Amino acid sequence: MAWQLHAVLWLLSELEEIGNCAHDHHTVTPLFCRQIHFVLLISRQGKVRLTKWYTPYQQKQKAKTKPLVPLDFLEKVIKEVSALVLDRGPKMCNFVDWQGYRVVYKRYASLYFCMCIDPTDNELETLQIIHHYVEILDRYFGNVCELDLIFNFHKAYFILDEVLIAGELQESNKKAVLRLVTAQDAMVEAAKEEASSLSNIIAQATK
Amino acid sequence: MAPAPPATAAGPSLVETLFQRSLDDLVKSLRADPSAAGESAAVARALSEIHREIRAADAATKAVALQKLTYLSSLHFAPVASHPLAFPAIELLASPHLPHKRLAYLAASLSLHPASLSLLPLATHQLHKDLSPSASSAAAHRHVSALALQLLASPAAAAAPDLAIHLAHDLVPHLSRGCPRAIAAASRVIASSPSAAVPVLFKPLAACLASPDPRASTAAAAAFCDLSAPPADAAPFLPLAPDLYNLLTTSRSNWALIKVLKVFARLAPLESRLAARIVDPVCQLLTRSAAMSLTFECIRTVLTALPAHDAAVRLAIGKAKEFLAAEDDPNLRYLGFLALGMIGPSYASTVHDCRDVIAQSLGDADSNIRREALHLMMGMVDENNVMDIAGMLVSHAAKSDPEFANEILGAVLAACGRNVYELVEDFDWYASLLADMARSLHCAQGDEIGRQLVDVALRVHDARPELVRSARTLLIDPALLGNHFLCPVLSAAAWISGEYVQFSKDPVELVEALLQPRTSLLPMSVRAVYIHAVFKIITFCFSMYVERLDNSSEAVDAVFDDLAVDQSVGEERNVAHVSGEEQGIRPISVEKDPVSGEEKGIRTHTVEKDPFSHESILYMINLIQTTLGPLVECNEVEVQERARNLIGFIHLAREIQELKERKVNGDKNSRVKELVVTVRAIFCQELGPVSANAQKNVVPPDGLVLENLAELTNIVSEDDTTPSTSVVFHPRSCHSAEVRDEPAVSIGSSSLSEHRKRHGLFYLPTGKAEDEANDYPHANDPLLPASDETVIDDKFKTIEPVLAGKKIKSTKSRPKVVKLDGEDFLSTMVANASVPKEDPLSGAVRGVLLTRDAKPSSSQNVSVIMSEGMLNKTGTCESSSQWMEKRESDLGGDPTSSSRTNKHRDKKKGTDLPEIDGNESRKHRSSSRSGRRQGKHKHRERSSTQPDIVPQAPVIQDFLL
Repeated sequence: MAWQLHAVLWLLSELEEIGNCAHDHHTVTPLFCRQIHFVLLISRQGKVRLTKWYTPYQQKQKAKTKPLVPLDFLEKVIKEVSALVLDRGPKMCNFVDWQGYRVVYKRYASLYFCMCIDPTDNELETLQIIHHYVEILDRYFGNVCELDLIFNFHKAYFILDEVLIAGELQESNKKAVLRLVTAQDAMVEAAKEEASSLSNIIAQATK
Repeated sequence: MAPAPPATAAGPSLVETLFQRSLDDLVKSLRADPSAAGESAAVARALSEIHREIRAADAATKAVALQKLTYLSSLHFAPVASHPLAFPAIELLASPHLPHKRLAYLAASLSLHPASLSLLPLATHQLHKDLSPSASSAAAHRHVSALALQLLASPAAAAAPDLAIHLAHDLVPHLSRGCPRAIAAASRVIASSPSAAVPVLFKPLAACLASPDPRASTAAAAAFCDLSAPPADAAPFLPLAPDLYNLLTTSRSNWALIKVLKVFARLAPLESRLAARIVDPVCQLLTRSAAMSLTFECIRTVLTALPAHDAAVRLAIGKAKEFLAAEDDPNLRYLGFLALGMIGPSYASTVHDCRDVIAQSLGDADSNIRREALHLMMGMVDENNVMDIAGMLVSHAAKSDPEFANEILGAVLAACGRNVYELVEDFDWYASLLADMARSLHCAQGDEIGRQLVDVALRVHDARPELVRSARTLLIDPALLGNHFLCPVLSAAAWISGEYVQFSKDPVELVEALLQPRTSLLPMSVRAVYIHAVFKIITFCFSMYVERLDNSSEAVDAVFDDLAVDQSVGEERNVAHVSGEEQGIRPISVEKDPVSGEEKGIRTHTVEKDPFSHESILYMINLIQTTLGPLVECNEVEVQERARNLIGFIHLAREIQELKERKVNGDKNSRVKELVVTVRAIFCQELGPVSANAQKNVVPPDGLVLENLAELTNIVSEDDTTPSTSVVFHPRSCHSAEVRDEPAVSIGSSSLSEHRKRHGLFYLPTGKAEDEANDYPHANDPLLPASDETVIDDKFKTIEPVLAGKKIKSTKSRPKVVKLDGEDFLSTMVANASVPKEDPLSGAVRGVLLTRDAKPSSSQNVSVIMSEGMLNKTGTCESSSQWMEKRESDLGGDPTSSSRTNKHRDKKKGTDLPEIDGNESRKHRSSSRSGRRQGKHKHRERSSTQPDIVPQAPVIQDFLL
């Protein structure tokens, strides 16, 4: 019990340190080791287009210290990572070390696809996952562009969820992913059509 | 529910519902004004709108509002605290309408705010329903259950362990179906609440490894890769080795193979027979595979987990070199460097083979590759090639961009300074290297260079002549004075040339350099050091001069007559200066020009021949007086005090001379001599690095409260431990505090002394220790009275054979480096041990400079305060390091104790073992329950409770065969 308490307190203090001193390396320790900690899509201008977190973190408040607001923390992480990634030139390698993690990124047109992994994980494999995801997006939207992702952010999430679950590659077959996603879309569309008939709206509104 | 008045107040009206903005509208409005202010205004407007809409009774309105809120919170980081995502999401989870359900699941899996997470357990029942078989169509059911599994695998669910516990049983049918999503969710559930989930889920999860469906086996391999990752203990997963091995040899999927290799990399160090078993398949993969990711994973596995298998390691290194050769792919080159960095010390020579490639990559466009190359380069350094590599790196730093140049310099300094310069054989070379580094274009490492210059000077006697020479080149260059990064270096150089002036060829030139006009650019603390160095130099020249007079007494009269003549000038100036205290420095500056012109003349004619001649002494005195005169009124006390000391000393020398003029007697000669010898004696005492134990000898003054140190620990431990100070002696004591943390390696000391060094605290003070206690001054009390005349004599003798000594040294192997706490050092120091009880400088100056008796005592106070500061500092450092250690051992450094408690709990049938370590034995036990492993149950139970792996060896062999 004592050990757990120590561990929890330690993890909490680590999290707070992230909030306080961003430049201290090796302060972030995930609760569980995941293949991918988070996925981040940012535009050339630094606008966030998609974020997905696979590493859970706990937030509890220690007395006296200022509580860490998670969204502030996430925003800070994204700012740091995007600053690192956007700064890099075209002929450099696709890996950046950040806070004891490694960010694997690849630029497609105006979008940077970033995935954060542990330094012991396989960088090239992660790069392949990024490419895999982009290819699926491309086939799904038909020559995908940034605007597709902006207006269909939920679809980008649905496809990502088919490719990656809990930070692990789920389906390495592109056709299978596409089949699944389009089948789901068809199902949803059918349900929508059924629901959006005029009589249904009136029934709902006057219920 | 009818739209009754209270409902309209809370929720939106019918009109609002009909004309609700869709997500597209929201995105468009956000894009309409791309400025930050416009965007945040749009977000705020949308949020207030959503806030109303989300409370609508109508599910469609609610769903759209939820979608918009999801968008805002995940991409614009809208403050969702006041709009928890989870509650409407949970309401909509129950919707029979698929689009709503889908949006609700998305919102729930993306919610990260604790306010949302705390609500998730409310969805338990709905998730249970969605996971169980239902009457709806097969496709719809599969989709719904996929969504539910998705949520369970998300970090949101991991933050709500209760949810996972209650739903563990619902996962089992999906697991036995081999659904990859279920496998991912199961691993997440096991990780978040092991005690409850392991008995239920581990067995079906392990069965998935052997599944004929490649998707299932891949997902299972990934799951076990996650579960066995470093914070957890990999040992309980050893029984899975046969299935993993099977996968390794048969799987066609690179993804699966990478995961399996990762698990084996963790298991192989635990069981040598397993390592022997996997070497062949890994090598086959290494030679066969075309996929770089898999090749790299094989390299990594071999280098980290199979270092004992020579053929495999050579193969892996060969592949890593192929990576390095990939000119057009920076990724491969980077990974090649990473792989080289993993090579163990026994194959270090192979890294040396790549030295050219590595050196070339120091100039790579990519900073990551440069950094790795530097890292490898520093890893190669040993005592044979340190001169080559460090020289090459320093010249490379001149060509690099400022940031990387300083990284290089920092790395070189750290490598050479490691363990009290254990790599450095030739300190003459190192002294000039330090000076080169200081002159390097982008150098910002002044602090460390300055520290090492002083430290080397204190520790290595033989290096002093070269250090003085290097210091001279630094001091005479007026261009360096403007660079504020170099102030610590210049300060160190000034201190060295003052302290070891006897090695200098031309003290007059040094005095000129130290007093050059551009020194006004220096910070006051450094100027004080400069002035003090001048004091030491002039004292030294005086004493040499007086000594020479003793030898040739016939010259005395003439010389003192000259001094007396000159005295009139000096006297005049002194009067002017004393009276000018109120009027400012005008009288002095008026007088300056003709005098300096005259001085120039003297300098050019006679001084260069002999620095200890009467003319050069006169020249120096005049130079000092003109330059330092204005500083006597400097606002900075350190500078003012030192300037006054020096001026006072010169004044005194002349006053005595004046006495001599009135009464012509040989006795006066001896008074000058007495003064010179006394002051010189102050500076003659050998200074050494301060022992780490010196702090213990400092008696805490009365009234100093030390109880509150624990409270300070937190504050101090994060800060830099070097206190800021303006005194040049400081780096030494500061360094000695660092020495304590370094692994104690000393050259040529016996193992007993090693042991004693490590456990010094537990030894009763021996005779030597006592000597040491007396011998070493307090941390900031470096100047000792010279009670041992032989030392002084030695000093005087050393001036002549400077060049001879140099020649001898070049043939000698490695000069002795003074190390604290080492036997050899003690024996040398015991010889000239003395018992200093009082600050000798202030004592002597107080005695000689009658007019200024107040100052020295104040400087004494300063030193007392500083030593107190040091006391606090070291005290807290120590406690903070202890604290860190404790924290580390609490965290996981102590597997025995935690596993012991587990065992204990198992016996008691304790139900909750919520954390990582606790669950390992559980997993282990449940896996051992699975079918064919029944017989080995007890063996493995023990193996998981003991870190020692020997007993489990036969068990593993059975599985593998």
